[in-house]
Amino acid sequence: MNVALLIGLLLAAGLVAWGSERFHKGLPNWVALVSFLVATLWIVVVWLNGPSEGGIYASQSYDWIPRFGISLTLRVDGLSLMLIGLTTLLGAVAVVSSWTETQTRQGFFQFNILWVMAGVVGVFSAFDLFLFFFFWEVMLIPMYFLIAIWGHEDKAYASMKFFLFTQISGLLMLVAIVALVWVHYDAHGIITFDYDTLLETELDSSVARLLMLGFFIAFITKLPSVPVHTWLPDAHTQAPTAGSVILAGILLKTGAYGLIRFVITLFPEASQEFWVYGMGLGVISILYGGYMAYSQSDFKRLVAYSSIAHMGFVLVGVYSFNELGIQGAIVTMIAHGFSTAALFMMAGALQERLHTREMSKMGGLWVRAPRMGAVTMFFVIASVGMPGLGNFIGEFLVLLGAFQKNVLLTVLAAIGIVVAAVYGLSLMQRSFQGTPNPDVPEMKDFAFREMSVMVVLMAGLVWVGVYPQHVLGMTDAILPLLGVVP
Amino acid sequence: MNTQTTLMASLPYIVLAGGLLVVMLGICVRRTHFVAWSLTMVTLVATLASHLLGYEALGEGISVTMLFHIDGVSYLFNSLFVLAAICTAVIAYQYVDEKLRFREEFYLLLLAATFGSLTLPAATHFVSLLLGLEIVSISLYAMVAYPEKVRGPLEAGLKYMILSVASTSSILFGMALIYAASGSMEFAQLTPVSGSAEGDVFYLLGHVFFWSGIAFKLSLVPFHIWTPDVYQGAPSIVTGFIATVSKGGAFVVVMRYVMESDVFSSEAITQAIFLIAAISMVVGNLLALQQRNLKRLLAYSSIAHMGYLIIALFLVATQPSIGFETAIVYLAGYFVMTLAAFGVITVISQGSDSELASIDDIQGLLWRRPIPAATMVVSALSLAGIPLTMGFIAKFYLFAAGIEGEMWTLVGLLVLGSAIGIFYYLRIIFAMTAKPEGELDAVGRGSWAGISAVAVLGIATLALGIYPTPLVDVVQNLVRVSGF
Repeated sequence: MNVALLIGLLLAAGLVAWGSERFHKGLPNWVALVSFLVATLWIVVVWLNGPSEGGIYASQSYDWIPRFGISLTLRVDGLSLMLIGLTTLLGAVAVVSSWTETQTRQGFFQFNILWVMAGVVGVFSAFDLFLFFFFWEVMLIPMYFLIAIWGHEDKAYASMKFFLFTQISGLLMLVAIVALVWVHYDAHGIITFDYDTLLETELDSSVARLLMLGFFIAFITKLPSVPVHTWLPDAHTQAPTAGSVILAGILLKTGAYGLIRFVITLFPEASQEFWVYGMGLGVISILYGGYMAYSQSDFKRLVAYSSIAHMGFVLVGVYSFNELGIQGAIVTMIAHGFSTAALFMMAGALQERLHTREMSKMGGLWVRAPRMGAVTMFFVIASVGMPGLGNFIGEFLVLLGAFQKNVLLTVLAAIGIVVAAVYGLSLMQRSFQGTPNPDVPEMKDFAFREMSVMVVLMAGLVWVGVYPQHVLGMTDAILPLLGVVP
Repeated sequence: MNTQTTLMASLPYIVLAGGLLVVMLGICVRRTHFVAWSLTMVTLVATLASHLLGYEALGEGISVTMLFHIDGVSYLFNSLFVLAAICTAVIAYQYVDEKLRFREEFYLLLLAATFGSLTLPAATHFVSLLLGLEIVSISLYAMVAYPEKVRGPLEAGLKYMILSVASTSSILFGMALIYAASGSMEFAQLTPVSGSAEGDVFYLLGHVFFWSGIAFKLSLVPFHIWTPDVYQGAPSIVTGFIATVSKGGAFVVVMRYVMESDVFSSEAITQAIFLIAAISMVVGNLLALQQRNLKRLLAYSSIAHMGYLIIALFLVATQPSIGFETAIVYLAGYFVMTLAAFGVITVISQGSDSELASIDDIQGLLWRRPIPAATMVVSALSLAGIPLTMGFIAKFYLFAAGIEGEMWTLVGLLVLGSAIGIFYYLRIIFAMTAKPEGELDAVGRGSWAGISAVAVLGIATLALGIYPTPLVDVVQNLVRVSGF
């Protein structure tokens, strides 16, 4: 597979979508949908063909800025392939979910969606630290436009906050990257940003700790974890539906991916020492996110806070430093991608129909829209952690792994699952059940377009939940690199 | 050293000076705006081309009298200045045609200022430094105050002149003291005669005056007060020229000065410059936050940018090759994005009585005038240092330079400054993506030449940001050839 070609396809499709607007208003949607489906199909074919030696599915390298030893090194292993597949699939979901929502400047809208996704694919496949940072920022600008142009009432504030948090933490990472390169240059006399070469850099433990922090802060801001999570509720709530789907489904995963791919492998000892902070922040995120989710009256905001809690499990899993924990974290990433994308799509669908996100103005919606009710029920249950669905596998593995590391933190994290049940069911209760709210106008139920997407997402969750071996198998290649205890 | 190689190496200067005379005589014969403009363009392009011819003769660099040392690096800066002058002339044409009564002399001043700036990268002596700075400044006084019927430019011109003359006096006095301490005016021989306490005091005191004047020209805090007023009052196209060529020229000559005179071996001077840089980064960005006028905003942002650039200046003292490379790449990027920003303001202000430089004037610009607005978006992103743009490569160079020189405080402030910067740059972008308000006709369409020049600058910002290798290679090569 040629990843550069895939990224190029998405970038080119973005330009085509933008240009196609002048021929027909609906054309950009189709361009975007078709390209995401083609890309997804491509990934599936690559996956079925299996990896070459060493679990690598694709690998390319081109010169870029030789002055600094920067090259376009793209590589896809199991973990990357899985996340890229999730990216392109959720890209299609995002397009379908906003099929009718966006009425203005559809061409530019789809352009931004395609370019965010191109950036994300780059992030998941870059094996050159400069290139990684480059894509890390590339996905930020279109996302900013998505929120700033098509967002809801408070878009100026939300988009600015989103941009600032990501950008500042990104700059810290850039300093850490350049400093790492310089340490390597001092020792070996070669300037390079190549991941494999930098892996062998020998660092003083104090330097390693500082550099590790630079990366760590950037990634937990994106994840997000307490205390740098505050951009997320605003950005998610104000973003258009497609924006929220992409943010929650994909962009948060880049943070988790960065932790696994870069923080742990580049700074193994410093990360090991850091476990208690990593896990501690994870547990705080789980409990705080759950608590805050329960106190929301805004449907979308509730789902946003629940994301913080779920991402807390990822953090706990990664910092348990054992096979179970990390596999659990990866499964949680995938499962959360499906379930939260669906819930945000539901929030968008409700807002399109009722023009509000306030749950106090909902109630008893199941009677009017039974299909929507059933779908919401499914995903709420999934996100609560019902056995047989993906989220359960992920969170259960995380807890198993964490238990080997620290019992107290594991117990606290487990309480988070109970809290999840409380806010999940309260969401269901307040919006779809109870006495029908007389003020709610007639609303359309889900039609074929929406149901088709939801069925795909449900199938994904069931697949991961019933047969997680597929996902777990994909992580084989990365596990030895992490130095974890099997 | 034979005369012929010297002449060949000085070809750009000869061509530009000759062209200047031709334009002047042309105006005497017959006043035609288009002809004057065309002659100017021909002169500038010929000057640019003559760099290619002269490069053969250059070798490692040629000293022309004791005043100038022409080498690959000075050629690089020359090309940068001439390119900036070409962009200015192209964008200025319609502005000059529409708004000015006496049109032709504008180009004369532009050529004179460009000529002054070309002498700066090659200056190795206090005399050539002062001559260069003054030719640029005196031309600029007139250019700032050129629209004689309007109050803003006149006020700005006067302000600029008085303060600039004061700063020049300060530089002169500083030079005199340094001369008293060292007995020379050549950069390379400025170390104070050792053993005399009086000499050391003169030397230090001289530098206090010298750097105060230089800091004024570079608009570093606390010598920055003139910047926002002059930026706002001057015609945008002139502001763009001040922001790029005038500051770039001053910075280049200081770099050469630092490299040859070994001034940073003095702890006190280093600390003072360090402090000025640090304060400029912070204050420039903080004050920019308050602005709603784009030109004032860019003025404060330029203060911060010059502060960032001091990182390269420090590196010049210890590792000239990396320092110069960083400064050239940074200035190249800064030139492109700054000219783009001021070019856009000029283009959209055409046809209206006052300049459309308030942030309210550009509401929804992206949907009305997509090409200038897109260029403005690119330029703002670039000034903020976001990847995909040249501004990021430039900032990346500074990061690398700062870490190489282990200037952790300045790197930290660079991060902080960039973070604050995002606020106000994003505000520009947000305003342009907002829903359009007011009449559509208020925004000028601009001439095709102006719009294409602006678009080229925007595309260059992106192209150099995505694939900087050609630029980096040329710069690295010439720096190496020049023997730094």
